[in-house]
Amino acid sequence: MAEKRLTGEQQAAYWHKTRNLMWVILAAWFFFSFVIHVFAPQLNTIRILGFPLGYYMAAQGSLIAFVLMCVWNAKSQDKIDNEFGVQDE
Amino acid sequence: MAAMQGGFLANLGKVYGVYTGTFVGFTIFIGILEAFGVPNRILGYLFIFLTIGVYALIGYLARTSEVNEYYVAGRSVPAFYNGMATGADWMSAASFIGMAGSLYFGGYGGLAFVLGWTGGYVLVSILMAPYLRKFGQFTVPDFFSARYGGNLARGLAVIVLITASFTYVVAQIVGVGIITARFLNIGFEIACFVGLLGILMCSMLGGMKAVTWTQVAQYIILIIAYLIPVVVLSAKVTGIPIPQIMYGQALEKIEVFEKTFGITQPYTAAFVDAKGNFSAVAMWNYFALILCLMVGTASLPHILMRYFTTPSVKQARDSVAWSLFFIFLLYFTAPAYAAFAKLEVYQNVIGQPIAQLPAWVASWGSIGLVGACDAANAAEIYKLCAGVKGNADGILQLNEFRLHTDAVVLATPEIAGLPYVISGLVAAGGLAAALSTADGLLLAIANALSHDIYYKMIDPNADTKRRLIISRALLALVAVVAAYVAGTLGADILFLVSWAFSMAAAGLFAGLVLGIWWKRAGNAAGVAGIVAGFGLCMFFLIGTEFYGPWIKATFAWMGDINIVKIRGRDVAYIWGINNISVGIFGIPTAFLAMLIVGYITKPASPEMQDFIDSIRIPSGSVRNAEAAH
Repeated sequence: MAEKRLTGEQQAAYWHKTRNLMWVILAAWFFFSFVIHVFAPQLNTIRILGFPLGYYMAAQGSLIAFVLMCVWNAKSQDKIDNEFGVQDE
Repeated sequence: MAAMQGGFLANLGKVYGVYTGTFVGFTIFIGILEAFGVPNRILGYLFIFLTIGVYALIGYLARTSEVNEYYVAGRSVPAFYNGMATGADWMSAASFIGMAGSLYFGGYGGLAFVLGWTGGYVLVSILMAPYLRKFGQFTVPDFFSARYGGNLARGLAVIVLITASFTYVVAQIVGVGIITARFLNIGFEIACFVGLLGILMCSMLGGMKAVTWTQVAQYIILIIAYLIPVVVLSAKVTGIPIPQIMYGQALEKIEVFEKTFGITQPYTAAFVDAKGNFSAVAMWNYFALILCLMVGTASLPHILMRYFTTPSVKQARDSVAWSLFFIFLLYFTAPAYAAFAKLEVYQNVIGQPIAQLPAWVASWGSIGLVGACDAANAAEIYKLCAGVKGNADGILQLNEFRLHTDAVVLATPEIAGLPYVISGLVAAGGLAAALSTADGLLLAIANALSHDIYYKMIDPNADTKRRLIISRALLALVAVVAAYVAGTLGADILFLVSWAFSMAAAGLFAGLVLGIWWKRAGNAAGVAGIVAGFGLCMFFLIGTEFYGPWIKATFAWMGDINIVKIRGRDVAYIWGINNISVGIFGIPTAFLAMLIVGYITKPASPEMQDFIDSIRIPSGSVRNAEAAH
């Protein structure tokens, strides 16, 4: 199988999209790791199913967001790979 | 053999399905034995020896003499199963036994561990795993060597890897020792070595291949063992067996009890001191710990090397998502464990007449994990009551009740009124968690010594057979040293583990991230990053822990440094930051050093930049991997 190589431009465009995806998810990660928990004392005044919301976000909410972010990254990067024909399977 | 291997990989679902069914059947069988009056001690033996026996059998069946299988499991582990293996590799005795206990006592503050030990996988997914998989060598130091100009960077990465992994593995062997000692009734030091035999049997013959398939088996046991007691407890307390949703009710009831008992630091309140007032120091410590644990997750070599084993870059990415999902199943259950245990204590223990306490108080009290310290002579019955003065009124008040951190998970089966077979199951789960992590760590250390130091730096002409013999010998040697250290020192598991995260984060994270994401970084920058980040981290770690007063005197210009008496020493807290989060100083230092040195020295060569371009793209070959040498 002859190896397909991207041109310099294609490589730059591919990396541009990959990097943007990384920054978006990194921002989401930062929000769910730190920003939201700064407001835990205020959120705790809201109760859902018995859970104070600030406590819930640290015990479960952010965790669910982390799992979804990993799935999101895998799916979106697959799309970018397919668009440029560089998928490896 | 190749045909057998193909058959195994094609039938993974069937193999592990039958395995899970057999394990459930075995648990039911033990339950029947219990009903027929077989003594608890025999049941404990059966659980421990049979599960270790199964791991050893898998380790034996997966023995190999191929380098590719020994180091990276032949790069044939599908994303789903690599996710399970990573889950077991990741979740250690600290997660399984220690975490729910920390949540029981720490309330909201304890959630830093839950967040810190999950969120790091997002960083692994977006910043590292796919690119390291494409790079496609055997170890993390391989990457440092290829990217930053050879053996100096490789050697430094090996030093960080060994320091962090060794600290971590000692904590795991302590965990194995505690469980084995309790259920086999043998001394702690001997128990450490018995546990060690179990670890070595899994990994010696088959390296990464054996460890992978054992870890999948261990994950299945540990997750079943963790979920069953708390599901039953939830059904008992709320009538609905979904603890992760129903413990909101428990939290509400806990709050009512807190008002009755006059507790000033509510369980779910965020960033408060003992009086219930907002505390900025509590908040900074919370976020510092989260950052260190997350960045450490994305730097620990025994986790990163798991993503070298998938068949493709795409599967490496998918595998990170599966890993986090399997880890999530345990982590989002832990707070439920803690809440139900707390409610049970408030409802059925505190304020009760001593004569009417539930039976589990006495049974766990007798082995020193619970104390009901009302009577004047309570310390004679309960070891935990030493130094506690009860008022001897025959009623158990809040300040007369003592509970050991580890008891929360281990005693929950009895708190829930479950038969002893479930206690045995939980012990088997805790053992699976500790053994699987110890396996992964020992393999990471032995591979760094045999592949990076011996093969790459000392004798590049060594043949395959010799390399594998050296690796196995080193694996055994490191394991024995770790067991010796664990057996003689013993130590606080959670604290050692957190240190390991700070070390790896400060030493390796900047070099890994900027190595992939910043093409300009040259060899000097990579070396400077490790030296500055890891150096500063270790300096502050050893300084604050062992030379607290000296740090306070010398670094007074940095601002607030206070001395806290803990672990029998005067430990310095810089700006009030607990020194388990010492990575908070090392991580930015590493980035800063790399950026400064990267900009003042000349950029990486065009060949190196071409190498980086090639690992950024999933398809095609890796170009110029040896460019820098």
